[in-house]
Formats: sequence, structure tokens, C-alpha cells
Amino acid sequence: MKTKKLIPYFLVAPYIAHFLLFVAFPVVFSVILTFHQWNIISPMKYIGLANYTRLFQDKFFSQSLANTLIFLAIHIPLQIIIALLLAEALNQKIKFRGFFRAAFFLPVIVSGVVVTILWQQLYGFDTGLFNKILTALGLGRIGWLVDPSWAMPSIAIMATWKNVGLYIILFLVGLQTVPAHYYEAADLEGATHWQKFFRITLPMINPTIFMVVVLSTIGGFSLFIEPYVMTGGGPLNSTLSAVLYIYKQGFFYYHMGYSATLGLFFALLILSVVAIQKKFIEKDK
Amino acid sequence: MKKLIFYILLIAGASIFLYPFIWMLTASLTPENQIGNLTFFPTKLTFSSYSQMLGKIPIGRAFVNSIIVSSAVTLGVLVFGSMVGYALSRLEFKGRNLIFYIIIFTMTLPFQITLIPQYIIMVKFGWVDTYWALIVPYLMNAFGIIMFRQYFKSISQDLIDAARLDGCGEIKIIFKILWPNSIPALVTIGIITFMASWNEVLWPLIVIRDSQLMTMPQLVTLFAVGGAAESQLGVKLAAATMLALPIVFAYLLFQRYFIQSMASTGLKE
Repeated sequence: MKTKKLIPYFLVAPYIAHFLLFVAFPVVFSVILTFHQWNIISPMKYIGLANYTRLFQDKFFSQSLANTLIFLAIHIPLQIIIALLLAEALNQKIKFRGFFRAAFFLPVIVSGVVVTILWQQLYGFDTGLFNKILTALGLGRIGWLVDPSWAMPSIAIMATWKNVGLYIILFLVGLQTVPAHYYEAADLEGATHWQKFFRITLPMINPTIFMVVVLSTIGGFSLFIEPYVMTGGGPLNSTLSAVLYIYKQGFFYYHMGYSATLGLFFALLILSVVAIQKKFIEKDK
Repeated sequence: MKKLIFYILLIAGASIFLYPFIWMLTASLTPENQIGNLTFFPTKLTFSSYSQMLGKIPIGRAFVNSIIVSSAVTLGVLVFGSMVGYALSRLEFKGRNLIFYIIIFTMTLPFQITLIPQYIIMVKFGWVDTYWALIVPYLMNAFGIIMFRQYFKSISQDLIDAARLDGCGEIKIIFKILWPNSIPALVTIGIITFMASWNEVLWPLIVIRDSQLMTMPQLVTLFAVGGAAESQLGVKLAAATMLALPIVFAYLLFQRYFIQSMASTGLKE
């Protein structure tokens, strides 16, 4: 009987060991690291709060924060609007729904590296598709990736294109949970299409919107491969993202202590932003 | 008429999502000097971009590395995930709730906080430039455990009791009784895990420096960023095509499962 009692612990033991080594220890160690200067090779040096004071004076840090906010300010609304529109379209009685759904979803499954390489060509200044269209329309070219004020918006547009398929599916699931008789009742009252959308659909899919906002926010703070491949964080650091900056500090300069400080700070920021979003959207309900 | 405009808009929308991929494929097969950025139908097809790429980077080796890493990770997540999921859903023991909260905690924990310490662990273990570094940190997945726990709850207790009467041990119950009855959960978790592992690029960039051990996305990333392909677009696109093909191929075969699986990750909140 005694061994029987131990069976559950035997089953969860590998997970607990893994958790302690790869989650619990790193969290504790990263806090310790923030008080130290260390390049892995030489011994760790205690430097008190120096990493934190540096963080608040570091203009690259504030720049990466600002860049992330720019990204989110464009990405989140764009994502919600396009995903909702396309989900609404797919929710109609249409032919080839499966084909359209599959097409919108394709970029979601493909590696970000592939998407980035492709969009780098589309954004090309002289030969890119977008500027060719603009010049064909008699408009001026845009420096999608070379103009500091356009580079981050360009990445935000690309990220929307890559991820929107997933959110279309999530909204589609959300839309299908709205009971049909709500719309029938509204039709009897003579409600317009827009009234139905704003009074019935939108409140009903509020939980889905919250999820999209949260996932996009986390995505924005996790942005790495897109600026790494496309711009290297430039021009003029305008696409330096949070994770790219952590990466540069950690694996370019081997500032382990400072890099860990950045990581801790961004992690806390993500958690608080998500908590605030949750409050905000739930109050709205 | 309204219907027609609707379909035209929808088709235009779909082509925005498909065009870049089709262009990638055709451009990678076009002679380098003919790759205009808009051309769809090259006058001449050639594999020269591919053969040049094969000469520059060990993409075949990277493909094998990616298969090894993603398969090992997926297998680990399925085996360990169902063990923990089973214990949490079907067995009574002290600390069960604590473990459940730990799992929820790891799900909400942003990876930015553990990135640097995890790298240091790899250095201290001497795992930099080994498969271990790519596989072991990913063997457990909180999301997978929660999904197994959820799914196992829906399986009838009678089935488990009957197996116990037949003298089955708990391990046998999990893999011989529950697994055959949990195909949808296995497929969903398997697809998500495999795909995430296949497309992961930040972690390999950190822990692998030896080009013989690089995964496919890492190799292609460094190829695109570094000088090796810079002047030749076709070669770069050939590498990107090779990276995209396996997943796109799997997607075409199991499209429904892919979409359902990915949608369920979003619904975990």
C-alpha cells in the first residue's frame, strides 16, 4: 500500500525537477543577477542598485519601451479590426469558406524568419512591391524600413499580417457563440446592421477581444526575430525591441547582470499591463 | 451584385495572404538576374539558386537537426505531460493543488525573466553547442499538462477501474488505456508543440554556435542576416522556401487539426 501512495509523486517528479531547475531557480537567480555585474567568465561582482539606476538613465531602454508602445498602438487596433472584419465575412454563408480560412491562416504556421525575409522584399525601397504600387499610382515612395518614423509601423503591419489568421479563428469561435435569436429579436425591432454589431456582437465577444489584446501585448513585448532580421534594430534604433535589447546586452556585450535587469523589468511590465487591460475590459463589460 | 463585390473583396483579401508565398516559390526557381519583384511567371525555371544555397550552408544537416529536436521535444511533452495530467486529474495526493498552481504560474510567467539565467545554466552544464540545450528546457510544457488534465477528466472512470482490476499499473493505464482514448488531445498538443519547436529561433541563436548543430530557422536566419546571401536574393528565397516547405506540407495534410489546435492555444486564458 505504501508504494501506491508514492505513485502520484513519481508521476509528477520529473515535472517538479524541471520546474525547479528551469523556472524557479532562474527566477530567483535573475533577481540576484540584477544586483551584480557579470560577464560569465570572471567572478560575479556585487554592485548594489547600479543596474537599476542605469536602467532609468539608459536612453536605449526608454527607446525600446517607446518602440514597443508604438508597435502596440498600431498592431492591436489593426489586428482587432481586420480580424473582426474577416471573421464576420467568414461567418456569412459563403462558398469555399474552408479555402479562405486556410489562406488567412497560412502565415500563422510559417516561421517568422520566412515571413520577415519575404516582407523585406515587399518593403524594398526601389524594387519592393509596395513602392512599385505607390509609384504606379503617382504617389511618392515610402522608406518603409529605412525611414525611422516608418520602420516600426512597417514591422507592426507585417506582424498583423502574420498573426491575424489566428485571431480570425478566435473571433469566428466567439461569433458563433452569439445566440441567433438575439439577432432575430433585433431584426423584429428594426435594428440596422451596425446597431446589431455594436449592441449585440461586440458586447458578446468581449472576452475574445480581451484575449486578442493580451496575446498581442505579449507578442509586442516578445518581438525579436522581425527587427533582428529586417533592420537589426535600426534605423537610429527605431525598431530596437525589448527582447532585441535584452539579447544585445546579454549576448553581444555579455552584460549578464544588466540584461537580467532588463528582462525582469519587462516581465513585470508585461504582467502589470495585462492586469490593467483585464481590469479595463472587465469594467467595460 | 452585392454578393459579387463581397467575393471579389474576399478573393483580394486571400491573395494578400497567399501572394508572398507563391512569389517566394517562383522567384526561388527563377534565374537570379530575372527576379524582378513582381514577376510571377519566369520565362525559365532553374534550380541554380537551390544548388548554390546547398553549397553555402548545411541545410540538409539543419533539417535533420530540426527533426531530431522537434520530435524529441514533442515526445517529451506528450509523455511527461500525460503523466502529470493524469496525476492531477485522477489521483488524490497531498500537494496536488500546489502543483496545479505552479503550472498556472509558469504559464503566465513571461520568458524575458528566465532567458538569461537559463542560458547561464546551459553554460554551467556544458550544454552550449549540444542537442541537450535545444531539447531539455522544452521537455515540459504547462499548456500541454493542463490540456491533458482537462481531457483525461472527460474519460470514464469505469475504464480506469476495469484496467486496475485487470492488474494494470498506473503507467500502463496512462499509455495503454488513456492514450488510445485521447487521440484528439495527443494530436492537438503534438501539433502545437512540434510547430513551436520547429519555428523557435531565439533560443537556438543563443545556445548554438556550431553550424553543424543549428536548427533550420536559425541557419536560415543567420544566412539572411549575415553576408553569405546578401547579394543574391534567389539564394535567400531558396533557403526560406526550404524552411517553410515542411510545415506548409504538414499544414496541407492536417489543415483542420492545425487550425483547431492553434485556436485552442488562444482559448487557454
